[in-house]
Amino acid sequence: MSSTFTNNMVALKTVVRREIMRIVRIWSQTLIPPAITASLYFIIFGTVVGSHLPPEHGYKYMAYLVPGLVMMQIITNSYSNLTSSFFGAKFQRFVEEMLVSPMPSWVILSGYIIGAMARGLTLGVIVLLISMLFTPLHMAHPLIILTTAMLTSMVFALAGFVNAVFAKKFDDIAIVPSFVLTPLTYLGGVFYSINQLGEPWHSISLVNPILYMVNAFRYGMLGITDIPIWIAYAVMVAFAVLLGGFGLWLLHRGIGMRS
Amino acid sequence: MIRGQGSGWNRPFGMNAHKRWGATDSRATAAANQSLDPADFKPLPHLDFYRKTTHMRGLHLGKHVPMTDTPALEITDLRKTYANGTVALKGVSLTVQQGDFFALLGPNGAGKSTLIGILSSLVNASGGSAKIFGVSIHEQRSKAMHLIGMVPQEINFNQFEKPFDLCVNQAGFYGIPRAEAMRRAEKYLKELRLWDKAEQPARSLSGGMKRRLMIARAMMNEPKLLILDEPTAGVDIEIRRSMWHFVRGINAAGTTVILTTHYLEEAEQLCRNIAIIDHGSIVEDTSMKNLLSKLDVETFILDTSELPNDLPDVNGITVKRADAHTLEAEMARGHDLNSLFVMLDKRGITVTSMRNKANRLEELFVRLVEKNDDGKENAA
Repeated sequence: MSSTFTNNMVALKTVVRREIMRIVRIWSQTLIPPAITASLYFIIFGTVVGSHLPPEHGYKYMAYLVPGLVMMQIITNSYSNLTSSFFGAKFQRFVEEMLVSPMPSWVILSGYIIGAMARGLTLGVIVLLISMLFTPLHMAHPLIILTTAMLTSMVFALAGFVNAVFAKKFDDIAIVPSFVLTPLTYLGGVFYSINQLGEPWHSISLVNPILYMVNAFRYGMLGITDIPIWIAYAVMVAFAVLLGGFGLWLLHRGIGMRS
Repeated sequence: MIRGQGSGWNRPFGMNAHKRWGATDSRATAAANQSLDPADFKPLPHLDFYRKTTHMRGLHLGKHVPMTDTPALEITDLRKTYANGTVALKGVSLTVQQGDFFALLGPNGAGKSTLIGILSSLVNASGGSAKIFGVSIHEQRSKAMHLIGMVPQEINFNQFEKPFDLCVNQAGFYGIPRAEAMRRAEKYLKELRLWDKAEQPARSLSGGMKRRLMIARAMMNEPKLLILDEPTAGVDIEIRRSMWHFVRGINAAGTTVILTTHYLEEAEQLCRNIAIIDHGSIVEDTSMKNLLSKLDVETFILDTSELPNDLPDVNGITVKRADAHTLEAEMARGHDLNSLFVMLDKRGITVTSMRNKANRLEELFVRLVEKNDDGKENAA
């Protein structure tokens, strides 16, 4: 094993450890609020509203809701973890610690992505555990659950990175989650099947990448989906590759970081 | 300094640092404690051997690049034009030899920070080249960055992290295993008298402590070239002197140091060679001794008893009355002061104290920069 590879692995572990320590240090901001939000969704939409709704694909509405809410937390937390952490590093200028070090761009990016995925997936597990208080847990295809959760988390962590790179003030990292991410998540089949929508809303919904992720995850848990599963994987992999390449290019060029 | 050995602020940090790092020769100690002409600073035989062999002992001096006569820093025709059209560097060429303690001075906006930014890869150069110990920062960035330690002008660490974690993480970024990183963090935090603050959030440190923390952090990869960008800005003189002592120690042990500062007496006391940059160009690049020898006129300020309004010139000395109790006397360097005192004595004026009007380097610096400005105005 070359010393460069060993050095890079040590550096990667360092970035990941720092990111995870940050999540743990501010656990009351990173872990508790999303768990409370998810609980409220289960109580209001699952129990109060859901009890009046007909079964979806043969499942009670509460069971149908679980995959969507898990994905919602994975998406929002992976995204916000990276935007706040990387923008904070830019804002306080300690991103320079990494930029002046011998670490290659891929190590910096991977470290932040893994940190964001750690938070997103942890929240996913927390929401799954909370859901067990309301409905039995279904695991139709565990491998699909795992790969979909990881790919989705990675895609939104990368998207968060791009947002953080271009952000110049704190408002800039709040705009995308508020005006883009939340609407796309809500319209991405978290709470309903798109088969219930008429045209043109059904066709418009197919443009939303979150729809594919939520459906793939729901297929993993319940074995039901509104779209072919291979298309969902193709969309996730395509976004991961495109955003990953773009993120590396941004870091390599130092856009938003170097003069 | 090891915890428990002397705790007063008058005790410098790492008083014996150079000894612990191998330079035990008394001449090395002397070099660490006074400004020397480069000619005086020939490598000590055993220190040279130490430099050549430290890579075999796993110490920092010969880490990746074998010791040769390669300059520590070689900049050739370095240029930088920012996107807004500002030309910050106009073809700067500079060489810093291994083991040097080098001052890079210049007024605000002269291009110092841009130059340092390029060396640390935070600024992309528009043209030219820079090599650290023969390693191009553009072609072999990663290898070059292993050789540099950087203490930036502004605080740039996560204020919510603890000093110990900041140092350990910094080492991690350089691929240093965690156990070794922790050992070094303890060593340098102790050297810089921050060990008792190691587990407190960095935001709770005083300004001087934060500056020292940045030096400790920069030492974590045990660099061969340490770049200090105004490290003592806003630090009181006592802590500043202690920091000087620490940096002298690591320089005496073989680390090349480049210092930028606005405290010119700091540069004069610490550095052996100096470059002055102004308007993106090097206007002077010489030894400190040579530069100071160019100063041909000295001005003294004399605090006196009440002065009369009319004061005659003394042969070779221009005398000016600054106020009722202060006299300024300007004369060629080496001119004797006896005739001045004789004149003052005849007029019944008592001299209570006397001092140099300005720091010598400061005077030269101002002249060089003004001359450069005049030249530009005339050319325009």
